[in-house]
Amino acid sequence: MPTVMLRKFEKVCAIIEKYGNDPAKLIPILQEVQHEYRYLPEEVMIFVATTLGMSPAKVFGVASFYAHFALQPKGKHVVRLCDGTACHVKGSDGILQALYKKLGVDAQKATTPDMLFTVETVACLGACGIAPVMVINDVVYSQVTPERAVALVEEIAMQEGAGHVSA
Amino acid sequence: MDQVKYVHIDGRPVPIEGEKNLLDLIRKTGIEIPTFCYVSELSVYGACRMCMVEIEGRGLQTSCSTPPEEGLKVRTNTESVRQIRKVALELILANHERECTTCVKSTSCKLQDLSKKLGVDKVRFRSIQKPVPLDDGNPSIVRNPNKCILCGDCVRMCEEVQGIGAIDFAYRGHDVVVQPAFGKSLDDVQCVYCGQCTRVCPTGALTPKSEIDVVCKALQDPKKTVVVQIAPAVRVALGESFGYQAGELTTGQIVAALKMMGFRKVFDTCFSADLTILEEGNEFIKRLSSDLPLPMFTSCCPSWVKYVEQHHPDLIPHLSTCRSPQQMFGSMAKNVFAPELGIKKEDMVVVSIMPCTAKKFEAKRPEFVTDGAVDVDHVITTQELAQMINEHGIQFRGLKPESLDMPMGFKTGAGVIFGNTGGVMEATLRYVYEKVEKKTLENPDFHEVRGEAGIREAEVQLAGKTYKLAVIHSLANAKAIMAKIKSGEKKYHFIEFMACPAGCINGAGQPVSFDPGYRRNRTKGLYEADKMLQLHKSQDNPYLKELYAATLGEVGGVKAHHLLHTHYKARRRMKGKSMVIVDSKADDKLEVRVCVGTSCYLRGSQDLLHHLARHVADKGLQGQVQVKATFCFEKCDKGPTIKIGDKKISHCNMAQATAALDQAIEARLAGV
Ligand code: SF4
Ligand code: SF4
Ligand code: FES
Ligand code: FES
Repeated sequence: MPTVMLRKFEKVCAIIEKYGNDPAKLIPILQEVQHEYRYLPEEVMIFVATTLGMSPAKVFGVASFYAHFALQPKGKHVVRLCDGTACHVKGSDGILQALYKKLGVDAQKATTPDMLFTVETVACLGACGIAPVMVINDVVYSQVTPERAVALVEEIAMQEGAGHVSA
Repeated sequence: MDQVKYVHIDGRPVPIEGEKNLLDLIRKTGIEIPTFCYVSELSVYGACRMCMVEIEGRGLQTSCSTPPEEGLKVRTNTESVRQIRKVALELILANHERECTTCVKSTSCKLQDLSKKLGVDKVRFRSIQKPVPLDDGNPSIVRNPNKCILCGDCVRMCEEVQGIGAIDFAYRGHDVVVQPAFGKSLDDVQCVYCGQCTRVCPTGALTPKSEIDVVCKALQDPKKTVVVQIAPAVRVALGESFGYQAGELTTGQIVAALKMMGFRKVFDTCFSADLTILEEGNEFIKRLSSDLPLPMFTSCCPSWVKYVEQHHPDLIPHLSTCRSPQQMFGSMAKNVFAPELGIKKEDMVVVSIMPCTAKKFEAKRPEFVTDGAVDVDHVITTQELAQMINEHGIQFRGLKPESLDMPMGFKTGAGVIFGNTGGVMEATLRYVYEKVEKKTLENPDFHEVRGEAGIREAEVQLAGKTYKLAVIHSLANAKAIMAKIKSGEKKYHFIEFMACPAGCINGAGQPVSFDPGYRRNRTKGLYEADKMLQLHKSQDNPYLKELYAATLGEVGGVKAHHLLHTHYKARRRMKGKSMVIVDSKADDKLEVRVCVGTSCYLRGSQDLLHHLARHVADKGLQGQVQVKATFCFEKCDKGPTIKIGDKKISHCNMAQATAALDQAIEARLAGV
């Protein structure tokens, strides 16, 4: 949708303006920009840098320092698996490996080529009582098993009409 | 009067005399504290842990970031200090590509030096580093990330002293790297090739790019006549590579060494510096009496020129149109001297020896091809010359001095001081004064433009009028002064700019020096060289008079312009993708691009972009038209710039943009 991209760009301009073009506000600016694009595209970071009168290397330095900034586009559905101590002890790693295998991704290449899924690990979601915990698009699933995780992902893939996932 | 305060260092009281940190205080007592991330001209970073000392009651502390306080009891060499330094060094070494024997930095590498001094004889840790490729696609600098120890000296140099910020830290934890934005290569970002980062890098991670091999090949080619020019600053620094003091003049030995290596003619860049002065002085006088823009900026520093092209494109008309002495020399050698020697210019190879990494970039600029031939073929730095002398087995210290060749080896002192900050200004004044006042300048020294401060102002009286001058070195200072010129806060008639702190004598191609007094001594060396010469004003150079009479005609005339002047143009800072604002997947889509680079942005290109994108959406043309926001069409001085299809429109406004877009669409509908 073309108008979506225009709206996003206008939003970026508005965000920068809202923070008074102040380089000291880089982090909140990047946060809001990421909210628009769901990650920080290189060209958008260059635009932010030039508009704030900062060096693009500095902006990239900040963006790449904080774990919550995404430098790569994420899939439509983001699967986050808790890897905190409690979840780890309860076998979260087995779930992770099952998901990696199912979707053909890994820690470096976390997004499927069709941009449908991204698999991430997070450090403790604060729900250790119901470990292991998995979150798909903000919906929390408790006491997950590898089988259940795969089944959940398959279900979404079916809805999306991406039958190839069940390979 | 304040009472003197003391710190106890290894049991002895040491007075605090304005030192900002313990490190400087300890060094004052003659104890060398190892450091990687401390460079006195930069801010304190405190990350390498090498400078650890033990302070009574506080334990181990980094001395670079501890201010001296009355009564502190400091130990610099306890067993824990010794251990922690060694471990810190071992950890650094573990992740360092330890190919010392083949490293260009070998013997001037701080990492190597400290490992030896601290007696590190084994590395107990395993490397977790994955090798990455070199970044060497630019003409001036080689970046080898595998040798980076993350001290950040280059980052602070580029940002604090040069105001550029081309490189920075990225990522975190054990993924941390120092790199240009987005991991691009240096030639894709705003680096101006000043090389000052290579000057402070303690390892071989950032080094000047070598052209020794191509030069040696040319010297062995019987069909080629190789001539060479020596820049002023080289003669007061090369000796340092062979045990001479900084500032000691070794011109005669350099000539002898070059002759031994097979250079046919050894000339002097000071000769073409004299030539530059006549042309530039003349241009200045012309600017004063016409409506050409003032202040005039000098243009002999290629990093400064690139900086203006990228960051101040609207002020390009202020740059003197004179080529730099290096380029004037090349043009003269190939177009005037080659025919005199009876050889074709294709058979002549011009080599320059420069204190500078940016001169390598300058020589390769497309502007500096005159009538089909590049003016300067190869540029080697002072460091590379020392390397070549060693490779040829020449015992530099034993050489009997020889003289430079005529005519282009003859210079006045004005050409020699070019290597110092303020030197170009002073040399120009020596010419302009006599030309305007029409009388002899008895004392050629203009002490008011000499000095060390990064921003210096002076005034000169010419024919009863006062003119304002400024001398600037380091680009962060240039940035500050440019802002004041643009805001109207400062007004000048003539400004000299040099990118390197203290000028060319401290260029990144000069031998690496750890001696605190080296800059001052090199500067002094050049002023003394001026004193020792017979002539001090460029206009008195007899060979120049001959050159103008026989070949060039008038100073600033048509021929001189063709051979000695040039024009500069706006330059994009960063290579990168465009932002798609309105997409179209059609193969034959109409591309509309709006520049959102700094210059255009400041002139309202954002509004243009909104407007055009809306226009396309409103007219329901999404399928056919793609609208993108791009960075810089290199027409920044005429912004805002847009491009519709192949048509570039500068100074664009809404009405023009809409009309051009509608027209392009109509044309397509009509099938044109
Ligand atoms: S060469 Fe100069 S501009 Fe380029 S990265 Fe090094 S210090 Fe910065
Ligand atoms: S490139 Fe050199 S100066 Fe820069 S951080 Fe690495 S080791 Fe330090
Ligand atoms: S020199 Fe003090 S921590 Fe690096
Ligand atoms: S900023 Fe360079 S053309 Fe727009």
